[in-house]
Amino acid sequence: MSDLKIDKIIDAYPGKTMKNRKSHIIRKEKGKKQNIDANTRTIPGIISNRGCCYAGCKGVVLGPIKDVVHLVHGPIGCSYYAWGTRRNKGRSSENGKNYLNYCFSTDMQDPDIVFGGEKKLRKAIDEAVEIFEPDAITISATCPVGLIGDDINAVAAEAQEEYGIPVLAFNCEGYKGVSQSAGHHIANNELMEHVVGTKERELGKYAINILGEYNIGGDGWEISRVLEKIGYQVNAILTGDSSFGDIQASHASDLNLVQCHRSINYIAEMYETKYGIPWLKVNFIGITAIIKTLRDMAKYFDAPQLTARTEEVIAEELADIKEALDKYKSLCEGKTACLFVGGSRAHHYQVLFKDIGIDTIMAGYEFGHRDDYEGRDIIPDIKLTADDRNIPELEVEKDEKRYRLRVPADRMEKLKDEINLGNYEGLISDMEDGDIVIDDLNHYETEVLLQALKPSVFGSGVKDKYVAQKMGIFSKQLHSYDYSGPYAGFRGAINFARDISAGINSPTWSYIKPPWKYDDLALEGQLGGDSYE
Amino acid sequence: MSNTAVNIKGKKKEIQDRSSLVVNPAKTCQPIGAMYAALGINSCLPHSHGSQGCCSYHRMHLTRHFRDPIVASTSSFTEGASVFGGKSNLKTAAKNIFRIYDPEVIAVSTTCLSETIGDDMFSIISDIDIPEGKTIIYANTPSYIGSHITGFANMVKGMVNCLSEKKEDYVTSDINIIPGFVNPADMREIKRITKLMKVPYTLFPDTSGVVDSPMTGKYEMYPEGGVTVEELKNTGNAKATIALGSFASADGAYELEKKCDVIPYILKTPIGVQATDQYLMQLSKITGEDVPASLEIERGQVVDIMTDTHFHFHGKRVAIFGDPDIVISMTEFVLSLGMVPAYVLTGTPGKAFEKEVKSILETAGVEGKVKASADLLTLHEWIKDQPVDILIGNTYGKYIAKEEDLPLVRVGFPILDRSVHSYLPIVGYRGAIRLIEMISNALLDRQDRDTDLEDMELVM
Repeated sequence: MSDLKIDKIIDAYPGKTMKNRKSHIIRKEKGKKQNIDANTRTIPGIISNRGCCYAGCKGVVLGPIKDVVHLVHGPIGCSYYAWGTRRNKGRSSENGKNYLNYCFSTDMQDPDIVFGGEKKLRKAIDEAVEIFEPDAITISATCPVGLIGDDINAVAAEAQEEYGIPVLAFNCEGYKGVSQSAGHHIANNELMEHVVGTKERELGKYAINILGEYNIGGDGWEISRVLEKIGYQVNAILTGDSSFGDIQASHASDLNLVQCHRSINYIAEMYETKYGIPWLKVNFIGITAIIKTLRDMAKYFDAPQLTARTEEVIAEELADIKEALDKYKSLCEGKTACLFVGGSRAHHYQVLFKDIGIDTIMAGYEFGHRDDYEGRDIIPDIKLTADDRNIPELEVEKDEKRYRLRVPADRMEKLKDEINLGNYEGLISDMEDGDIVIDDLNHYETEVLLQALKPSVFGSGVKDKYVAQKMGIFSKQLHSYDYSGPYAGFRGAINFARDISAGINSPTWSYIKPPWKYDDLALEGQLGGDSYE
Repeated sequence: MSNTAVNIKGKKKEIQDRSSLVVNPAKTCQPIGAMYAALGINSCLPHSHGSQGCCSYHRMHLTRHFRDPIVASTSSFTEGASVFGGKSNLKTAAKNIFRIYDPEVIAVSTTCLSETIGDDMFSIISDIDIPEGKTIIYANTPSYIGSHITGFANMVKGMVNCLSEKKEDYVTSDINIIPGFVNPADMREIKRITKLMKVPYTLFPDTSGVVDSPMTGKYEMYPEGGVTVEELKNTGNAKATIALGSFASADGAYELEKKCDVIPYILKTPIGVQATDQYLMQLSKITGEDVPASLEIERGQVVDIMTDTHFHFHGKRVAIFGDPDIVISMTEFVLSLGMVPAYVLTGTPGKAFEKEVKSILETAGVEGKVKASADLLTLHEWIKDQPVDILIGNTYGKYIAKEEDLPLVRVGFPILDRSVHSYLPIVGYRGAIRLIEMISNALLDRQDRDTDLEDMELVM
């Protein structure tokens, strides 16, 4: 795509830092098996966009569960920053309970740090139960809690005993692991160990769970709309617009769809081991992607009526969006994009960009692991570091009572050849020769790469959005969508195409340079003349 | 569709006293305030000494409020650093930062993590090899004490501690002005007024030009704004320090008195006529300069508008929440408009807040509920118990506004869901005019909305 040399990008670094960063950047070479470093420690002083373990646990995975009081044990900031900022939407369920707009904290003070905060936590639970009467409570630990040794598990157990509702403790102190990723893992483990399978629910045909979909901007609703139209029963979404009961009863579904691979792949495997539910890597972002996903699902269930209905719905949905899609595509065709977002989004959104005629020339993840880039085949080769070992591995066993094979073993093998069942090929496989793949892109690299690649759009988060825009490059927040969405599914694709074409083609970009900075203006007789181009 | 807990909505329960659970806070943690203050130094990179999540959250939040790039680095602690201390992380960080990002100053603020393990910033920084001509300053900002306002105050104190110098027997005619945790537009306005008063000044910190930088097509990591290190050093030789807002600014002013004998004057944040009057009078007293005719005209315009609009405001019950310095001055201002501040609340701890607001209310002969260290659930419960006509506060007030069907005037920090606010001042006489416009329009829009078509008024 460009003749940019990686060595040139990292020129500015001191020796050790240069060596470290080099292994996190590759240029895609077709036909070659390429490795990339990922999920290693952030270098101190390097302006990274990464968050912490707590952010991954409470902020990403637990936060969207709507009818649970998510109590953060710690000083005020941690709870405050995760308050409403992910735009997880949720409709009140039958019990009417919905605490998504609330922020609950023990607001630890100096004496709590010195003398311990367990009593305050215990009292805070009492107060939460008294006022909100939740059906369950989660407790997330922040940095100082781990350091001073508050036993949140003991407090949770005591409160659970007293109130007869699940009270779950998450030891997700911010310093654990190297990014949000550690928190996803901790949340997954706890949910699998203490929530999934604790409630029975009668399900109809074709019941599915969607894993790793957080209903940002209403994505989960749009996905569910299409799936339900075909005839699927969306039993549980983990965790977008989810009620606690949905997750408890999620073990009874027939198939798990994995949208965000990074945040939830752990649990997908555990469902399979424990309950026999296979998982399918899906992508609902992008028209091409959603069509492939729907067809893969139909293949899995292998029912003529369902397959026929799938094709009918695809045709209907495509017809509905055709006019709008053509219009926006004509406004975007031929442009380029750089993506630095999430632990799957930088992969997923490439399809949607492609659908509107935009090529992605650079992509990277904030907290991805090597398998998110290189595919799951690489997992046995990934060396565990001390930081990984600090996150307990949960071993699950077959649940003899509830385990059932959803698909006979021989057909399963055949299916695996046809669709992404239990597999993920990673981001690199889908990128073009010469494209740049970069892990944990930092502030300096953002500046250099954007200047060199000059994409038409930079899809990223809020922290670097305005850096790009100051350079005159349109930036779209792909974590939280700039107040817009949904972007998933057929209708979402149109919302996205509308927003991207508006951003790229906005007249405002033409005003950056004041007219008096144009050379020909200096010539006499030009003032008040035609517009300058 | 309602997104609220059934127990709050509908059911009128006795208001619960809470000692341990904070619900919907009206404050956040120290380091973000320190980060904001540090951005007000020219060519400064704020640095967060702790786990990287804090830094990310603070940058994210400030970016959302200002819609401008907010850069800051972090020591990126993992479990190892949490056990063995963060010294080597900070040393590595400093090396990388000076080499890659080349700031003049690194302003380090601590987090819960580094504070709890007891990292001694003074000794760690003393041990760092700092390149010639560069500086590292620091502030202790544990999040389990105070709020973001305390963090702002602590970083201002850190500037004085680490940089202010006094030359023997040398006093300039400069006045130091500490503006408090306000928007860049407010800092700009304070500078404009001070210039009109012909007073030579050093405003610190000064985020104007930094977090409201212009679009040029070129990204500048260190935009032109901010107080320079040289100017900060000179603060020790100033004639006086004026701290605007006691919570955010007094500590720095007192520190400068202790260190360099500069006389401190603690005033209110100049929101509204009275507080602005007091600021000008204080400048006048210190320097002997008269208030210029141009400012007198601006003042006259505000008072003219106030008399023209008094009937919109008269007797209207208002709830004000947010940061203490802003809330105190806003309380005084809405009283001057004839409104009734029924509920006045801040999340930042401090009995001084309650005392000050109560005395303002008492002087005005108005009864209102006042609380520091409070949260928005308390405010919501108060409003449910006895409603108000309008809310004044930050973005988080929108949930109460929606549920109780109240107009909300967005003032303070943070405002995450509206733009432009950080470009327009609320301080000084011009700021007062803007506030009157915002509040009266909110009330009138509300009146129009609630009026039947046949009762609609076209003219005033």
